[in-house]
Amino acid sequence: MLKYVIKRIVLMLFTFFIICTMCFMLIRMLPMTYPEGLTAAQKAEIQALWTAYGYDKPIIVQFGIYLRNIFTKFDFGRAWRLSGYTTEAFDFFLGKMPMTIMVNFCSVLLSTPLGILLGIYAAIKKNKWQDSVISVMIMLFVSVPSYVYAFIVQYLLYFKLEWFPLVVYSVADAGGVFTWKMFYSMVPAIIALSFGEIAYLCRFTRAELTETLTSDYMLLARTKGLTRAQATVRHALKNAMVPILPMIISSFISIIGGSMIIEQIFSINGVGQLYIQAINQLDYDVFMVDTIFYTFVGLLSGIIVDLSYGFIDPRIRMGER
Amino acid sequence: MNNKIPEISSEKFRFVNNGERITDVKLETKPVGYFKDALQRFGKNKASIVATVIISLIILYAFLVPLFTFSHDAQFRDNYYKMKEPRIDKIAKMKLGFLDGGRKDTLNERAFINMIALGVAAESNEANGYNVVSLGEALESELCPVIRLSDIKTQNKDNYYTTRFDSVLSVGFIYKQVTQDEYKQMLDWQNETGIQLIYPIIADNEFSFDATDANWWYKTSANGTPLKKTNNGQYTSRSYKEDLVLEDNYERDSEGNVKFFRFVGGGDASTASYQVRILYYSYYQYINGFAPNYLLGTDSSGYDLALRMASGIRLSLILAFSVSIINFIIGAMYGAVEGYYGGAVDIIMERISDILVEVPFIVVSTLFQIHLAKKVGAVPSLLFAFVLTGWIGTASGVRTQFYRFKNQEYVMAARTLGASDARIIWKHIFPNSLGTIITSSALVIPGVIFSESMLSFLGIVNLGGSKFTSLGQLLSDASSKWISYPHLMFYPALIISLLMICFNLFGNGLRDAFNPSLRGVDE
Repeated sequence: MLKYVIKRIVLMLFTFFIICTMCFMLIRMLPMTYPEGLTAAQKAEIQALWTAYGYDKPIIVQFGIYLRNIFTKFDFGRAWRLSGYTTEAFDFFLGKMPMTIMVNFCSVLLSTPLGILLGIYAAIKKNKWQDSVISVMIMLFVSVPSYVYAFIVQYLLYFKLEWFPLVVYSVADAGGVFTWKMFYSMVPAIIALSFGEIAYLCRFTRAELTETLTSDYMLLARTKGLTRAQATVRHALKNAMVPILPMIISSFISIIGGSMIIEQIFSINGVGQLYIQAINQLDYDVFMVDTIFYTFVGLLSGIIVDLSYGFIDPRIRMGER
Repeated sequence: MNNKIPEISSEKFRFVNNGERITDVKLETKPVGYFKDALQRFGKNKASIVATVIISLIILYAFLVPLFTFSHDAQFRDNYYKMKEPRIDKIAKMKLGFLDGGRKDTLNERAFINMIALGVAAESNEANGYNVVSLGEALESELCPVIRLSDIKTQNKDNYYTTRFDSVLSVGFIYKQVTQDEYKQMLDWQNETGIQLIYPIIADNEFSFDATDANWWYKTSANGTPLKKTNNGQYTSRSYKEDLVLEDNYERDSEGNVKFFRFVGGGDASTASYQVRILYYSYYQYINGFAPNYLLGTDSSGYDLALRMASGIRLSLILAFSVSIINFIIGAMYGAVEGYYGGAVDIIMERISDILVEVPFIVVSTLFQIHLAKKVGAVPSLLFAFVLTGWIGTASGVRTQFYRFKNQEYVMAARTLGASDARIIWKHIFPNSLGTIITSSALVIPGVIFSESMLSFLGIVNLGGSKFTSLGQLLSDASSKWISYPHLMFYPALIISLLMICFNLFGNGLRDAFNPSLRGVDE
């Protein structure tokens, strides 16, 4: 087990390193230009910084300097354009995290119980009208792109009912990220983000639970005299949870990744929006930090899902062929 | 148990083969192969059939609408008719309540009177001596933008009018600079068709609200309220009434006749250009030779939305199908080699695909756009981005199938008979994995459509141009304006959602049909 875990982690780090190297090369191949509207003194200052970061050297050497800076000073470069060259790219990036985490955490809190409960309900009522309704809804919400229901939510909650603002308040307006006012303005975004997640989780739960509900040990449990509810909760649900739990764990990890499209529509000042801004303004260091971050989140959630199977259900032996 | 052995008399027995030999008889029914069986079972899946029909309809739309729009093509663009609602000229004139360019909005009194006044001005022509009809009469006119007044609300002493108005007609009048020859042509056209094109120009005096806007043709106060001369020679402001007759502010000569042009741009009286005031709706017909017909309205740059959408659907589908086919080919070859040879080849190739599959798609497509878009164009570089990591799923499916089948007896028999590796791979093992790959290729299509629209929407990819556009680009254009112009968002979003749902249903139907273990489950 331990051997397998270590092997997976080493492999993950290797993949991570290669992807980052490729991205770094591709990004640094692009020409650097000065941000607009600077004085000569500021330009000289930027030039000095560029020399310090090795922008005038070959790309391989630049990569060496980049790695050295990260390992010795945890310095990922500067946010040249987005926030002025004095701000460090990583600090700038970290400043965007709270908004993303807030929206996505609320969304997971809403969608996880709802998705599982609906899935359980559909599985219990299999082949009845309740199940058909839920299945059709699942098909709709899994297929329809998230931005479409983001617009429907905006239309209903802002335009028709006028309950909520069109976009999320800025941090200054709401007086902080973790405040009620901010939460209130985030409600449409949270709802829009949750639809897909609920549908996805519901479909998965339904599929797993219908399988366990028809298995032999359920029949045995019923013959022993357990009621249907008891048997479902104690036996079927427990077994169905084995594949569902890793999924929930992975969705908790991808919380920090966020959804670019929802952040763009509701103008949430988070990590996803930062990525778009970094591309549009060609702010390479911020772009690189964001790329590293997205790659890492993807790899991490994959590995944790794989490993958690073994921890949740000891019968699954890891690394066996 | 009353399983009695039936008593059968001995003469009822006879020999099966009395003297003759038993040989194989030819099958009387047609054999059902794997693909035929899959097709039959796909046909029984109602949802998939409906999905297939809808997909076909959308494809038909994408190819037929441009063919059946005779008046203009997708590159036709009008600078004044931007973000207009669906309108077909003939239907609009029938006043049926749809396809009339109708937009619902709440206007303040000034804007509302101005809107009706457009109808009043359009109706005043040579026949009635440019005498002005009342607002109520103008409402009946074909050229009046206001279709229906549904509600009047009073707030802080101001009236607000909830109306449905024709957004195409509400453009109203424009000033245009023309040469004298053009002016003559316009007059000829006017006489020939009987459509009033040139209207009297407006005097620039203290009564004009906005001298540059050709729509303020009546006397107003400084804040745009209509003014009327009373018996004692004083002007008083008026509010909206059906029988209100506006007082025109046309430029007149000493005899009181209205003028139709003024000189602009220098030169003497015989060569100088004219500035004329024209009704844009008529001018459109004069320039193009047809009335504005937009089945789904126009987009934010003035293109016909129906044609742009057809073009967008074509681009999205062509992109999706190409990605699917390329993935199919690369994935099949890669997976086949990996699975067939196994060992070190497999390990190395697996590592490569392991690394590639982890690269976030959004990063790949961004980098490809930045590096390649200028050299090879936005569409090919997007295609490369899709292909770079897209084939891995197909490859791993094929690999698994090869591991299952490569040690079977019939493969060994083929090898003993001296078949080459290539022959064993493609002729004997590969057909086994076709079902899986076809399914995964079909499910690639909605994925590509979604990713393309997402990338366009986020502005990472720019597929918009005068020649073509994509569905995502249309959505992205609409995203900042759709609160006021919902039709810009509604139609592309509807098509994209339908495509996604239907391709998913279609793919799921294929998956079930190709899965032999589901055979006979529902019978």
